[in-house]
Amino acid sequence: MTQPLWVATRKGLFQLRAEHGWRVDAPAFLGDPVAMVLDDARDGTVYAALNLGHFGTKLHRSADRGTTWEEVAVPSYAGLPDITKPAGPGGAAPVPEPPTLKMLWALEAGGADQPGRLWAGTLPGGVFTSDDRGATWTICRALWDDPARAQWFGGGYDWPGVHSVLVDPRNARHVTVGVSCGGAWTSDDDGASWTCRATGMRADYMPPDKQGDPVIQDPHRIVSSAANPDVLWTQHHCGVFRSTDGGRQWHAVDAARPSGFGFAVAVHPEHADTAWFVPAVKDERRVPVDGKLVVSRTTDGGKTFDVLDRGLPAPSYDLVYRHALDVDRSGAVLAMGSTTGGLWLSADGGDSWTTLSTNLPPIYAVRFGTGV
Amino acid sequence: MPRVAFTPHLQRYLDVPPHQVEGTTVRAALEAVFAHNPRLRGYVLDDAGRVRTHVSVFVGDTALVDRATLTDTVSDDTEIFVLQALSGG
Repeated sequence: MTQPLWVATRKGLFQLRAEHGWRVDAPAFLGDPVAMVLDDARDGTVYAALNLGHFGTKLHRSADRGTTWEEVAVPSYAGLPDITKPAGPGGAAPVPEPPTLKMLWALEAGGADQPGRLWAGTLPGGVFTSDDRGATWTICRALWDDPARAQWFGGGYDWPGVHSVLVDPRNARHVTVGVSCGGAWTSDDDGASWTCRATGMRADYMPPDKQGDPVIQDPHRIVSSAANPDVLWTQHHCGVFRSTDGGRQWHAVDAARPSGFGFAVAVHPEHADTAWFVPAVKDERRVPVDGKLVVSRTTDGGKTFDVLDRGLPAPSYDLVYRHALDVDRSGAVLAMGSTTGGLWLSADGGDSWTTLSTNLPPIYAVRFGTGV
Repeated sequence: MPRVAFTPHLQRYLDVPPHQVEGTTVRAALEAVFAHNPRLRGYVLDDAGRVRTHVSVFVGDTALVDRATLTDTVSDDTEIFVLQALSGG
């Protein structure tokens, strides 16, 4: 069976299948914002994180590929000391307040040798694990208690958030997370301790002496290739960066075009030098460059980029969020969804694109699932 | 005994009929309902036990004053309404 495509939107969770012609059928959770979806290849369980406007973040799981769902627990900050919203322009002076879950922003499966293990990245700035498929959650306290976290700040939201969790397929106890805005952090011991690894990233939104500070970086999304997990790519707020040593040193990829700004990045599962981006105009406008939606692709580790636009719209005002570009396990099929409800598929590595819909709700995430 | 009623909007997610419960504060009344329906707690209160930002609670015709610890008093004939705030829509 082919891999389904899950599309998490402002108004529900859609499941598209190649054998159905990638038809857009009625969603699960109609009317509810679905911030994230995970199709767990280990056992075929599907998870959907809802962000209900009135009633908070909820997590549901399905054992029958999305036919029926049951609600499970969400990460909780209960009992943790008060936190203070990062200072920003305008408004009253921040006051300490109890931390509460604002959003479940990243959800990943643990290793094949860790059945039931899930990782969650949250707003405000938390990393949580579950060892029972979401029935209970535990915060990674060492990262939460790290003094550097006081320097984190929100990127797009009032609070800093963890949006990327990379579990090393060679050793599932080795995990890297990405934080907007708090850099990249790695644990070699299953989350017991963490080290900031964002050296080499540059933040031109900071005063000159702070621009290279690892703990204030805004990597919008971080991905790695299963073929070589030491190669990391990030679409950062201030450009594309790449590391070939597991994040110990990052290097600016200045050849990115037509711009270095964007949110999404995907990497080929078998070729770590091949990655895709969706460039946009930085910073406040956040629309496609020159009004033309394009995907940029490098196949040589960032030395050169192809700008791919066949089948993509112009004029366009589509913005592709950080989780809204994905590549399937073959590396040939890509999907992309936008804030204005456009959904596109490429079956040739991005060379050409087919429009699946132009009138979906705003798209938060697209993910190819398992073939279970 | 105070009566607690919930917005029909919540019925999309949970079975929450009106409850007659014991209690002399809003906190006590809601805790009595949560004892019957533990999942409801996370829909009404946040991690810190406060009323969610976009949930409204009325004690009779009066908006709940103490949204942090819910100490507003209730009597046997009080009706407590748990509603969604339009700000979260």
